[in-house]
Amino acid sequence: MTAGVIGKAIRRKEDPALIQGKGLYTDDMKMAGMLHAAFVRSPFGKARIVGIDASAAMAIEGVHAVYTADDVRDLGPLLAQVAIGALRPLLADGVVNHVGEAVAMVVASDRYIAQDGTKAVDVDYEPLEAVVDLEDAASDRVIANDSNESNVIHVWEVGDADAVAAARASEGAIEVSVKMINQRLIPTAIEPRSALADYNAGYGSVTLYSSSQIPHAVAGAIGKTFGLTSNNVRVIAPEVGGGFGAKLNYYAEEALVTFASRELGSPVKWTETRREASVATIHGRGWVGTATIIGTSDGKILAYELDALSDMGAYTQNFTVAIPLLGQYVAPGQYDIPIHWKIGCVVTNAPTTDAYRGAGRPEAIFYLERIIDAFARQIGMDPADVRKKNFFEEFPAATAAGMLMDSGDYRANLDKLLELADYQGLRQKQEEARKEGRNIGIGLSTYVEVCGFGPSALAEGGFSWAAYGLPAAFNGSGLVRVNPDGTATVMIGTGPSGQGHETTWAQIVSDALGISVDNVQVRHGDTRDSPMGIGTFGSRSLAVDGSATAQAAEKVRTKAARVAAHMLEASPDDIEFADGGAHVAGSPDKTVTWAEIAEVSYQPHRLPEGMEGGMEANAVFSPANATWPFGSHLAVVEVDDTTGDVVLMDYFAMDDCGNVINPMIVDGQVHGGLAQGISQALFEHAIFDEDGNLLTGSLLDYPIPTAGDLPSFQLDRTTTPTDVNPMGVKGIGEAGTIGSAQTVVNAVIDAVAHMGVTHIDMPLRPKRVWQAIHRNGG
Amino acid sequence: MFPRQFEYVAPASLDEALSALASTPGAKVMSGGQSLIPMMKLRLFSPGTVIDIGRIDGLADIVEKDDHISIGALVRHNQTASDPTVAAHAKALSQAAGWTGDHQVRNRGTTCGAMAHADVAADQPAAAIALGATMMARSSSGQREIAASDFFVDALTSALSEDEILVELRVPKASNGSRSAYDKLGRRGGHTDYAVAGIAAWVNVGDDGSVTDARIGVTGVGTRPTLAEAAAASLIGTDGGEESIRAAAGLVTDGITVIEDLYGSVEYKTHLAQVFTERALQQALAG
Ligand SMILES: Cc1cc2nc3c(=O)[nH]c(=O)nc-3n(C[C@H](O)[C@H](O)[C@H](O)COP(=O)(O)OP(=O)(O)OC[C@H]3O[C@@H](n4cnc5c(N)ncnc54)[C@H](O)[C@@H]3O)c2cc1C
Repeated sequence: MTAGVIGKAIRRKEDPALIQGKGLYTDDMKMAGMLHAAFVRSPFGKARIVGIDASAAMAIEGVHAVYTADDVRDLGPLLAQVAIGALRPLLADGVVNHVGEAVAMVVASDRYIAQDGTKAVDVDYEPLEAVVDLEDAASDRVIANDSNESNVIHVWEVGDADAVAAARASEGAIEVSVKMINQRLIPTAIEPRSALADYNAGYGSVTLYSSSQIPHAVAGAIGKTFGLTSNNVRVIAPEVGGGFGAKLNYYAEEALVTFASRELGSPVKWTETRREASVATIHGRGWVGTATIIGTSDGKILAYELDALSDMGAYTQNFTVAIPLLGQYVAPGQYDIPIHWKIGCVVTNAPTTDAYRGAGRPEAIFYLERIIDAFARQIGMDPADVRKKNFFEEFPAATAAGMLMDSGDYRANLDKLLELADYQGLRQKQEEARKEGRNIGIGLSTYVEVCGFGPSALAEGGFSWAAYGLPAAFNGSGLVRVNPDGTATVMIGTGPSGQGHETTWAQIVSDALGISVDNVQVRHGDTRDSPMGIGTFGSRSLAVDGSATAQAAEKVRTKAARVAAHMLEASPDDIEFADGGAHVAGSPDKTVTWAEIAEVSYQPHRLPEGMEGGMEANAVFSPANATWPFGSHLAVVEVDDTTGDVVLMDYFAMDDCGNVINPMIVDGQVHGGLAQGISQALFEHAIFDEDGNLLTGSLLDYPIPTAGDLPSFQLDRTTTPTDVNPMGVKGIGEAGTIGSAQTVVNAVIDAVAHMGVTHIDMPLRPKRVWQAIHRNGG
Repeated sequence: MFPRQFEYVAPASLDEALSALASTPGAKVMSGGQSLIPMMKLRLFSPGTVIDIGRIDGLADIVEKDDHISIGALVRHNQTASDPTVAAHAKALSQAAGWTGDHQVRNRGTTCGAMAHADVAADQPAAAIALGATMMARSSSGQREIAASDFFVDALTSALSEDEILVELRVPKASNGSRSAYDKLGRRGGHTDYAVAGIAAWVNVGDDGSVTDARIGVTGVGTRPTLAEAAAASLIGTDGGEESIRAAAGLVTDGITVIEDLYGSVEYKTHLAQVFTERALQQALAG
C-alpha cells in the first residue's frame, strides 16, 4: 500500500484544467458543418395550440428546418421509470401544459439565427385555465393535464394509522401540528444543459455529447428512441458543470437534436439559455403538508404524522413520481417512533419536478425536524434533549418506514456537534443578547439520509432504469488497467459533475496498487470506453462504483503479486506493493517496478505457466443495502425585528458518511450542500402567478447563493463505517442539503419565538419574517 | 440570452461618440454594460447600434474642484466607493456605490451609467438626489446641467435626450455642517443587491446643532428614485433629535406611490422606507 493515500486531502486532479478555463464542456465542442437548434417555448401555463405557422421562420436566411410535434410524434413520449401520469411528448402535441414547454424546434446555421427563427414562428394559442397551486390542483377543480383523469396521480403511504390514533387517544398526549410549505426550487447548475448530436448515416450510428449525470442511461434511452443498439450509440458527457439531479433525466432536447441530425445529415447542437434553463430543466421540491407530533411532556415522541402533497408539474419524467418515495424511506428520521406518512403526487401547470439535491429526503427531514423543534418548544424542553430521547440506539435498526438502517451512533454525533458549537455557551450568549434587545436564534437539526443506491430491492420498488433500456438493478462497475509503462487507467461508468471522482478513484487504486496518484488516470463519461454504470446521483458513486473499482484493483493486485513473485522468485503471499512497485516482504532490495511487472504481463510467454496476458480487471458491485449517512447541524442567526432581515452568523455541521477517502473533497461536498440548503431556507423560490407564469425566471429574481452570502462553515465528522460495502463508505453529496434548510428555519424561529412566531414558510426573506413578527403585534 | 443583431462602434473621442449618437437613430450608449448587455440579451431592448464610450480618454477620473467633485462617465462603482474624497464629501454616494451589486459589477459598472439607467431600485441615484448633485449632459450641440432631483423621470427613464451622453456627475463638496449617509435593505438581505428600500439622507447642521437644511433621497419603493420633500422639510429647524427623526421618517413616502413587487408589499416597503430614513438620518446626524 502507498501509506496514507486513503484519508488524505489530495488536491483535485480535475482542477488544473478547470481553473485555467481549459476544461471541455459540451458547448465547447465544435464539428464541421454543425447546425444550431433553438426552441419555441410556450408562453402559457395551459393553452390549446390552434396552429403553427413556420413560414416566416423558414424564410430567414440560414434557417434549415422547423420541426413540430407532427415530425416527432412517433419518437415520443419521453420515457419515465415510474410511468404514472401523463408523459411528456418531445414537442407539445396540440396543447401546452406549462410555460416553457417546447412547441417547435428551429435549426439554423448559427445560434443567433436560430433564436431569430424562434421569434418568427407564429403559434396560435387558445389560452385555457391553468392551475398551479398544489391544494387547488389536488381538488381537481381544474385538470392540469387533460391526459390525466385526476391531478392526484398517485399516493405514497407508509406506517400505521392505528398506532398514531392510539397515541393520540393516550392519556397525557400532547399534540403539535404545523402546516408548512417546502417551496419549489430551480436547480440552476452553473453550466446549463447542452447537447450535440452527430448522426452519421454512413456508420449508422450516433454520437451524442450531453451535459448529463447519466451517460450510459442516456445512451440506452437514445437507443430505444431511435431503434439503435449499444454498438450504434455513443454518449459522451465531457466536463459537466453541476447537475444536482437536474441532469439525471433523458431530456426531449437530447432526442430532438439527435432526430434533427439524422434528418439534416449534419451535427446539431443546442445549448440552453439561462432563462430557458429555468423552465425547460426539471425543478425540485414543491411540497405542502401538515406535520404532527404526538408526545408526552417528558419529551417522549409517541407518533409522527405527515399529510402532504407534492408537486409533479405538468408531465411525469424519469423519477418524478418516485421522489416522494425517497422521502418516505427516511420519514421517521433517526427516531424509533411509529409514523403515518402520506403524500399525494399532484400534477400542476408548471415545469416537471424530479430529483434535486437530496430529492425527497430534504423535504421529509424538513417536516420531521421542524415539527420536532415545535414540539420541544411546546413542552419547554431543550430540542437537543428531545432528539436524544427518541434516537435509535441499536443497529441495524428497523424503522417504521419498513427500512433497515445499516449503522449509526446518533447520540455521539449530536454530542460532538454540541461540543464543537459550544452549545451551552451559545445559549448563554443568546440570553445576554436578548437582554440588549438582540434576537439571536440557535437552530438544530439532525438527519439521516438513505443513499448509495443501491440494492436491487430498491429497483424492484420503483427505482429501476429499465425504461431507459438498462438493467434494472443499481449496479456499479470499475475497470482497472495497468498500462505497459506502469501507469494505471481506471474506467468507470459514473457521471460526475464536480464531485472529484478522478481524484478519489485515483486514491482508491493508488492505495491498492502502490502506483502514485499522479500516475492513475480516471476516465468516465464516454460510453464507448467506460464499463456499464448508471451514473452519478443519490450519493451513490463511491459506495457502489467506488466499491467495484476497489474490488477490480484488488484483482489486479492479486494477479500482479503472482507476476512479481514469479519475477522475484518468491511466494505471491510475500509480495508487498509500495512506491510504484512490488517487493518481497522483509527484503526491500528485492524489487520490481510496476513498469517491469507490466512489461512482463503483456508478454504471456514470460508469465507463469497458465496465466493470461494483460494486467486489467473489471468488477461489478451490487450492494445488499443502501447506506444511511447521518449528522447533526447547528445554525446561529440574528434577526433584525425592525426589517425582518436575517443574518446567518455561524453554521456548524457534524456529518457522518462512514470512512472518508479524501476529506477535502468530502468537505467540499458538504460546503456545496449547505449552500444550497441554506439558500432554500433564505433565498430561493420559484414563484408562479395563477396563470402559470414564472415570475422568477432569471437570476435577477431567482437568487442563487454566493460565497458572499454565507458564513465560513465549521465542519467536523464522526466516523461510523457501514458494512454494506467493502470500503465502509456511505455518501456525502446530499447530506449538507438534507441537514440544513430546517436548521436555519429552526434558528430563525428560535430568534423570534419570543414575539409569538411559531412558523414562517421558506424562503425566510425579510418581508416574510417581518410579516410574521408584525402579524403578532411584535 | 441572444441579442438581436446590432452594430457596435467604439469611438476614440467624445466628439465622435456624440456625432455617432446624433446621426444614428435608436443607438444606445454603453459605459459599463452591466445593465445594457443583460437587457439586450433578454431582448428587452434591441438597439440597432451600441456606442461603446469605454475607449474614450479622460472620462475615468474623480477630480476635486473648488466647490464640487467631478465624477467622470467611466468612473466605476468600486472607484467611487473607495475614493477618499468622495467618502469625505459625499459619504452617501460612497456607501451606495459600495453596496451596488457584487465585485464584478462594481468593477465594470459606472456611477454615471447607474444614473443614466435610472432603475427604480438603484442605489446611487438616491445618493445623487440627496447630495444635490448635478448631471452634465452633452450632445453635439452643447452641454446642459440637469439637477439630480429632475433627472429620474420614470422607471428606466432619465431626463437625457436620445442624443445626449452623461459626461460627468458633479457632487457639491461638503461644508462644515453638512453630512450624509445611505442605508438600505438589499434584495438578498443586508446591503446586498438592489434596494428593496434605500434612503440617502443629507443634512446641514448649524453651529447651534439645529438642522438648517436637509434632503432625503428615496429608492426602491416607487417608480423612480425621488426626493422626499415633506420629510426633509419637517427636519429643518429641529434639533435633529430622535423625535424629529421619527417625525421625518413618518413623512418619507408622502407623495410617493409605493409599488409592491416580489420583495415587499406596499405596507412593508413603506415601513422599510421609514426605518431606513431613521437609520440614515441617525448616521448622518451623528457625523
Ligand atoms: C448582477 C448585478 C447586480 C446589480 N446589483 C445592483 C445593485 O445592487 N444596485 C444597483 O444600483 N445596481 C445594481 N446593478 C446595476 C449596475 O449598477 C449597473 O452597472 C448600472 O445600473 C449601469 O451602469 P453601466 O455603466 O454598467 O451602464 P450600461 O449597462 O453600460 O448602461 C445602462 C444604461 O444607461 C445608458 N448609459 C450608460 N452610460 C451612459 C452615459 N454616460 N450617458 C448616457 N447614457 C448612458 C445606456 O445606454 C443604458 O441604457 C446590478 C447589475 C448586475 C448585473
